[in-house]
Amino acid sequence: MPMAVEIPKEKWTGKVREVKLGATAAEGGTRQKTVTVGGESTLPFLTFEGDMPNPPAIAVEVQDRYPSDWSAVLKAAWGDVLNDPAAWAKKAEEYGADIVALKLQSAHPEAGNTDAAHAAATVKAVLAATGLPLIVYGPGQAEKDNEVLVAAAEAAKGERIALGNCEDKNYRTIVAAALAHGHLVVAKTPIDVNLAKQLNILISDMRLDLDRILMDPTTGALGYGLEYTYSVMERLRLAALTGDSMTQQPMICTVGEEAWRAKESKVNEGVPAAWGDWERRSKNWEVLTASTLIQAGADIVVLRHPESIQLVKQAISQWMAR
Amino acid sequence: MGLSGLEIYKLLPKTNCKECGQPTCLAFAMKLAAKQAELSACPYVSEESKAKLAAAAAPPIRLVTIGTGDKKLEIGNETVLFRHDKTFYHPPGLFIRLKDTMPLSEFEAMVERIRDWGVERVGIPLWVTGVAVENTSGDAETFAKYVAVAQEKMARPLVLIASNPASMAAALQQTDGSAPLVYAATADNWQAMAELAAKHKAPIAVRGNGDLGGLADLAEKVKGAGVEDIVLDPGIRDPHGTLVALTQLRRLALKSNFRPLGYPIITFPGEGANSEEEEAIQAAQHIAKYAGVIVLDHFDPATVYPLMTLRQNIYTDPQKPIQVSPGLYEISNPTPDSPLLVTTNFSLTYFSVAGEVEGSGKPTWLLIVDSEGMSVLTGWAAGKFDAEKIAKSVQQFNVPSKISHKKIVIPGLVASISGELEEELPGWEVRVGPREAIDIPAYLKTWN
Ligand code: B12
Ligand code: SF4
Repeated sequence: MPMAVEIPKEKWTGKVREVKLGATAAEGGTRQKTVTVGGESTLPFLTFEGDMPNPPAIAVEVQDRYPSDWSAVLKAAWGDVLNDPAAWAKKAEEYGADIVALKLQSAHPEAGNTDAAHAAATVKAVLAATGLPLIVYGPGQAEKDNEVLVAAAEAAKGERIALGNCEDKNYRTIVAAALAHGHLVVAKTPIDVNLAKQLNILISDMRLDLDRILMDPTTGALGYGLEYTYSVMERLRLAALTGDSMTQQPMICTVGEEAWRAKESKVNEGVPAAWGDWERRSKNWEVLTASTLIQAGADIVVLRHPESIQLVKQAISQWMAR
Repeated sequence: MGLSGLEIYKLLPKTNCKECGQPTCLAFAMKLAAKQAELSACPYVSEESKAKLAAAAAPPIRLVTIGTGDKKLEIGNETVLFRHDKTFYHPPGLFIRLKDTMPLSEFEAMVERIRDWGVERVGIPLWVTGVAVENTSGDAETFAKYVAVAQEKMARPLVLIASNPASMAAALQQTDGSAPLVYAATADNWQAMAELAAKHKAPIAVRGNGDLGGLADLAEKVKGAGVEDIVLDPGIRDPHGTLVALTQLRRLALKSNFRPLGYPIITFPGEGANSEEEEAIQAAQHIAKYAGVIVLDHFDPATVYPLMTLRQNIYTDPQKPIQVSPGLYEISNPTPDSPLLVTTNFSLTYFSVAGEVEGSGKPTWLLIVDSEGMSVLTGWAAGKFDAEKIAKSVQQFNVPSKISHKKIVIPGLVASISGELEEELPGWEVRVGPREAIDIPAYLKTWN
């Protein structure tokens, strides 16, 4: 008779909210599928003491101009589609993406300064090219974000897209656009539990339903602040499970953007030979950042490399298996 | 988990003889509980009580040492489930598995490659902990020969993998005194294996078959046979299963103070993976969630380096970022007319910048401001790396006495402070450098 071992189980009282992206024809949109994230009543994959009804989802970043500043490894992997956001989005879907994360980078004053009409046209073209739900990001410059995200919200009316980033300085405009056109927002704060809570409160005070908010705790890549993101996510998730309502939003991490900025992924010149083969190293940089943050509670990871999509997807299905 | 003062009091003689320097046994017990006294100060405490107190004072997860010398591996003795609750203390060892069925010359070459690989990250040297030699041949003599080669060439911790006690005995002859990890005692062979480990003063792994009760039994038996340095292998290989088992083991030790399973854990991520990439993902899982020894089936620097970076991240103390001392640093022997760059004392920032400056070959002064270990933007946002602080550091480290010009280059990310800095440093020209360190060499080429 083996020794009796009593496994300590947590009795969590809280649960992450479920958030649904995308709307099908029956729901007033044109998406072929919707993606629901969140709903966990346990820590990632610990299904022996709670539920994890939805697997973490993979969003793939698509930009509306040729990403000339990207690592050559990425450019080679995607090829020609990088010149056309619609073709790019379609390809991402083929590679197994759950969501397309469209970044309207060309609106940046230093990257073309394109206008609202251009943004609207891009969003429409991408919606037509793929049946996946969309997240639309502005170029990350407050004024232009407001301009193009409002246009994107209008162009995608009824599609239940997510608008990002919604930050303390611009949340009013973005939330108003989401309210007007039935969308979601990505609420981003710099690696801090209280700031994340606060922004969720401010947004819900504007009467955007809580099941329309994703939170982005700010991603530090492997070797470049990952440990801070990791711990703040664990703390947010523990707070959610112990019943702190304003931390119960699903979390999204912009892994690709951060991981591919690291010197280890970006270049191969003048780096120590001990870093190993560039291509494999750079993919590992993205994949391990993603997989580790999923362990900390990420519900959506935004990725860049086609092979990362497959690998992270495979890992998720293995963690979800009972 | 320590005992309370009252619990300790029950184990003392209760005679209040004062020889320990305290007025009463209770007072002494309180001091002990607060770790302000040593038990040896009481001459009258019974052997039985001593044993009980020692057992209670032992850490919930035993500290186990594999190997000897300055590259030995210490694992276990962790105190929290989440790093933000305090910190993780003993980073897992990364071993590479090599089989005794590969040609000996190839084996030797691999051992040398692994031994010679090394890299520095944020000023901290990283190396492969050791190799795990597996007795795939089943032959004792062959195994002993390969282990001897690994022992001699590597001179680092080893894991000896064999199911046959005769093979293990032969291998241990070759490694006497260097405490390799004996892998593994199982339900079938534990007596012989434990005897060998005891004889050679080596730590031992016990392998279960998925059931934690069985694993606890086995660990207790091995302990009963006189080996206390135990490492656990729950015998589960799939990603979901290992995550659950390793989490439960950590909780049992820390939350239930369950002694039979209070040991560090060994994992084999390659055994549950279909590819090298999957192996890396699982190894990363084991780094974050609770392994003490990780045995990889592949040696690829492009994987090992990111894994070690992750290990460094997860095991950094959340309370104090890794920092360098502030000051005026000389890179490549600068002269008074060499360029002056300024950055923060966050190690990651410093080493990113210093590495590029060094790589450029251009003699340069690097002024390191005390940003309390924060990066450029974090420091700026927190007021620890602003115009005032930079100007202060210029004076504090006597910059004007060492350089003949008055030009200072600030990081591109804080371009917005250049006006303020010119006000703080009258007569100086503030130049905005590139945003990324990678672009510093090109920038320095054009500096004049
Ligand atoms: C990790 C992190 C933290 C950690 C701290 C890490 C640390 N020790 O510094 C924590 C969680 C504690 C933190 C806290 C905060 N953070 Co913070 N944090 C980050 C994060 C994710 C990474 C920073 C990092 O480590 N970068 C890596 C290092 C190496 O970069 P670096 O120092 O800039 O150096 C590079 C370049 O600048 C260049 N360089 C450096 N020196 C020099 C010198 C010269 C001459 C040149 C040419 C180049 C050069 O080379 C390096 C490599 O390319 C960033 C977001 C991100 N993803 O980047 C936010 C970020 C920096 N944080 C931010 C904020 C606002 C904060 C807080 C104020 C939030 C708050 N209110 O609590 C606090 C401030 C601290 C406090 N009050 O306690 C903001 C800053 C916003 C802004 N634009 O000013 C950021 C950008 C996030 C965001 N998008 O909002 N943060
Ligand atoms: S020396 Fe021992 S017995 Fe005497 S008072 Fe101190 S604790 Fe009590």
